[in-house]
Amino acid sequence: MAKVPVQFTLNGAEKAEFIDSGTTLLHALRDKIGDTSPKGGCHQGTCGACSVIIDGELRLSCLTLAEACNGATITTTSGLSEGGVLHPLQRAFLDAFATQCGFCTPGMIMAAKVLLDHTPNPSREDVVEALSGNICRCTGYEPIIQAVLTAARSNSQNAA
Amino acid sequence: MTLALQTFATVKDAGAALKAAGACYLGGGTLVVRAANEGDVSISGFVRSTEPALSAVAVSDNEVRIGASVTMAAIARHPDLAPLAHAARVVGGPAIRNMATVGGNLFAPTPYGDFTVALLALDATVSTGDGELPIETFLAKRESNDAIVTAVGFTLPKEGGFRFLKVSRVKPKGVSVLSIATVLEQAPDGTVSSARVAFGCMADRPIRARAAEKALIGRKLTADGIAPALAVARDGISPPTDPIASAWYRNEVLPVHLGRLLLA
Repeated sequence: MAKVPVQFTLNGAEKAEFIDSGTTLLHALRDKIGDTSPKGGCHQGTCGACSVIIDGELRLSCLTLAEACNGATITTTSGLSEGGVLHPLQRAFLDAFATQCGFCTPGMIMAAKVLLDHTPNPSREDVVEALSGNICRCTGYEPIIQAVLTAARSNSQNAA
Repeated sequence: MTLALQTFATVKDAGAALKAAGACYLGGGTLVVRAANEGDVSISGFVRSTEPALSAVAVSDNEVRIGASVTMAAIARHPDLAPLAHAARVVGGPAIRNMATVGGNLFAPTPYGDFTVALLALDATVSTGDGELPIETFLAKRESNDAIVTAVGFTLPKEGGFRFLKVSRVKPKGVSVLSIATVLEQAPDGTVSSARVAFGCMADRPIRARAAEKALIGRKLTADGIAPALAVARDGISPPTDPIASAWYRNEVLPVHLGRLLLA
């Protein structure tokens, strides 16, 4: 099959690759570019483990074709830390024991980041709604919800 | 194995490419990429169009036209579509709503397609490359449709005239046990003068509840007033059994939820 070029900005860096036409963004990120933070769970749009942020919106990379992302700005969990310092959400997830097996964590953090980008002081209900497309089979969700609320408070304190 | 994607600037060119065997139109990807990932060998490639009209929402004198590529998230936040915001918000989680399109929802098999239930109650028209069709006609033969859906159109209901309910077991979001949409008009004394009622998950696609609609005319929205409609609510339904609910359960709870929606 003929290769097609794709080019986008991934975590602040320009990326350009030749891929098979019809390749999903998840496959392109993990197997071509080497960013394995989005996880391939169900490949059906059900689990949310592959969630990434494309042009400011939460999307499922398993159902998004890489070619449809030409020129886009993409953020994954691997792009959140700066200079070895974890993002407040990552720090809060660790501190709140919000990650057990860790498979859902990158998708959860992407969903939470979009929420906090648009709603810096979310209610618990806002957090539950924002995470409603992401499945966790370990934690029972409560530590994750608390981690997001903690990260929001941390952001507010830092901004004050 | 990957499937080639062809992108066209116009619906017309995309429509021509779609005539190839196995070609499948790609909207948000939540149905067709999902099917391909699951191993649907009937799909041999994807076709899409980036024509701007597909992503446009136009509201004029209460007449609404929503491009087929408009997402559920865009509908939910559109200030002129506030009556429909709830019906759009109950589709999937946030990521799905950023991807799933109104055009794609028309093809979503039971137990999906909740927004189409709302469109059916609104008596929408579906525009395709071949012309316009009433949504009920379109849904009846959607498998044989080979023209690209370009938009849906409908008249915005009067304030408070549109009601929507989705019932799911998983909170806050889950796949439908059932969904119900109603568009009611009432005379000044409260009697129902016109009624459209649509059900999701009561057949293999959204259906109108004609018997219930007829039984509502001339009645008030009280427990006694809606009793005849609830008594015939099950007429013509054939709900599926799936991992979400059994046909028996759906059959049993339908009048209960219709009653709650009508009395809300």
